[in-house]
Amino acid sequence: MRTPLRLRVDRIACDGRGLCAELLPELVVLDDWGFPVLRTDVVPDHLAVVAREAVELCPVLALHLERERA
Amino acid sequence: MTATMSAGIVPGGVGAPRSEAAGGPRELEARGRPRAMLPPSRLLPADSSTGADLASHLRRHGPLPPRRGARWRAGALEAVADAGLVGRGGAGFPTARKLRSVASQRRRAVVVANGTEGEPASRKDRVLLARAPHLVLDGAVVAAELVGASQVVAVVHPDARSPVDVAVAERRAAGVDTVAIRVVTAAAGFVAGEASAVVNWVANGRPVPVGKNPRMSERGIGRRPTLVQNVETLAHLALVARHGAAWYRAAGTPDEPGTVLVTLLGAVAEPGVYEVEVGTAVSDVLARAGGATEPLQALLVGGYFGTWVPAAGIGARPFSAAGLGAGLGAGLVAALPARVCGIAETARLVRYLASESAGQCGPCVFGLPAIAGAFESLAAGRWAGAGRLDHWLEEIVGRGACGHPDGVAHLARSALDVFADEVADHRSGWCRAPHAAPFLPHLEPRSHPGPRLRTGLQTLQLRQP
Repeated sequence: MRTPLRLRVDRIACDGRGLCAELLPELVVLDDWGFPVLRTDVVPDHLAVVAREAVELCPVLALHLERERA
Repeated sequence: MTATMSAGIVPGGVGAPRSEAAGGPRELEARGRPRAMLPPSRLLPADSSTGADLASHLRRHGPLPPRRGARWRAGALEAVADAGLVGRGGAGFPTARKLRSVASQRRRAVVVANGTEGEPASRKDRVLLARAPHLVLDGAVVAAELVGASQVVAVVHPDARSPVDVAVAERRAAGVDTVAIRVVTAAAGFVAGEASAVVNWVANGRPVPVGKNPRMSERGIGRRPTLVQNVETLAHLALVARHGAAWYRAAGTPDEPGTVLVTLLGAVAEPGVYEVEVGTAVSDVLARAGGATEPLQALLVGGYFGTWVPAAGIGARPFSAAGLGAGLGAGLVAALPARVCGIAETARLVRYLASESAGQCGPCVFGLPAIAGAFESLAAGRWAGAGRLDHWLEEIVGRGACGHPDGVAHLARSALDVFADEVADHRSGWCRAPHAAPFLPHLEPRSHPGPRLRTGLQTLQLRQP
């Protein structure tokens, strides 16, 4: 069985641009200062494509998708 | 060694901060109680007149046993696991697991003995380094042999630099070590002692955390697997290597074996560093420092982002994480007297910790000053300013590259919990000590420029509070 795909924010790289929350509102909301809060880090299958897009579009490359080694 | 340090080294109480703001000693029942029997001391020589030199060290502890081959290594790792030794820098991570994870890497490893002691009121690491440097270095060498490292880097607080230099020179002259030991003076700052910040300081001259990607156990100093252990942990390791797991477990409780170095401060007669057997009654722990100088309200346990524990009925409880419901962290115990406002003190702690952010992660840079402001509002009886506090405390957890924001949230929650009645009183405008002078020491915001964070296209220089 494959382990779930997980979203990870590199907190040092993150600048609070907010694109991730716009593209992935199901998984990412913003705090009072515009920095991402993950509702859950597990990416359901039907959001995998959008999640990849969000990762590619993050202007500071702070968003990552990872699959844990089983 | 600085003048403060040498002046502080006296039998019993060693170089701990006296709480300047605490006012003079008062006549109280706790004073004059007979001192608890001194338990056998494992790490610190029984009296300070015993030298910290190699000959005294060898007289006291004997040489390390012969250490060679896979069999010794497997046996020693098992002894560390059986001993139940955990890290004494704050996080309490099982030492054997850390050793094994670094040992399993293919490349040659590096061992860092972490004596940065960034916790501002803690003194136990530099006292240990000044009084028993060879025990720490023994532990570092054993750790290096266990993980297959050829180099030890001792990162030590500036106050402990000279005794460690002397000890390293003695060892070199005597030719006792199989690995090279390098000494580096630690950087200042609360987060500078965090393991990844120590590695970053040694490797790149930047004493700020780098997060967990990649893990230091895989790629740290010189891209080598790196083991970072607190100096007290290493001193215990040196004794486990000599005497084994059963001996180690003869002190402490089954779940929390051994002794701990404790920095006692606040409303106690003789603030200082004491070695305490885990499970000792809290009243006996306080008695080591001459007892409380006035009625107590709460103890702050673990460190400046530790846990508040109410003082009522605490004397009979065992001094252990289980007994106190609070992790022993870096061994700090601050006794808060009844005449001081716990909310106001927590507001000072949170403001200080916010100012000590490395300034790298948004949630820490913006969230912590907001939380500090909310606590200050609460302390001042302006409830309106604290409206989002619960939300922020919940939301900030896990959102930093290091544990700094989580630690502040833990401290803040524990204050809201333990001082719950007072929080309610503050809401209706009453404070037990509206004019009390600041109590806990070493909380002056540092003079460094405020944290920096790039946002959008500009770099904001955040104002110091």
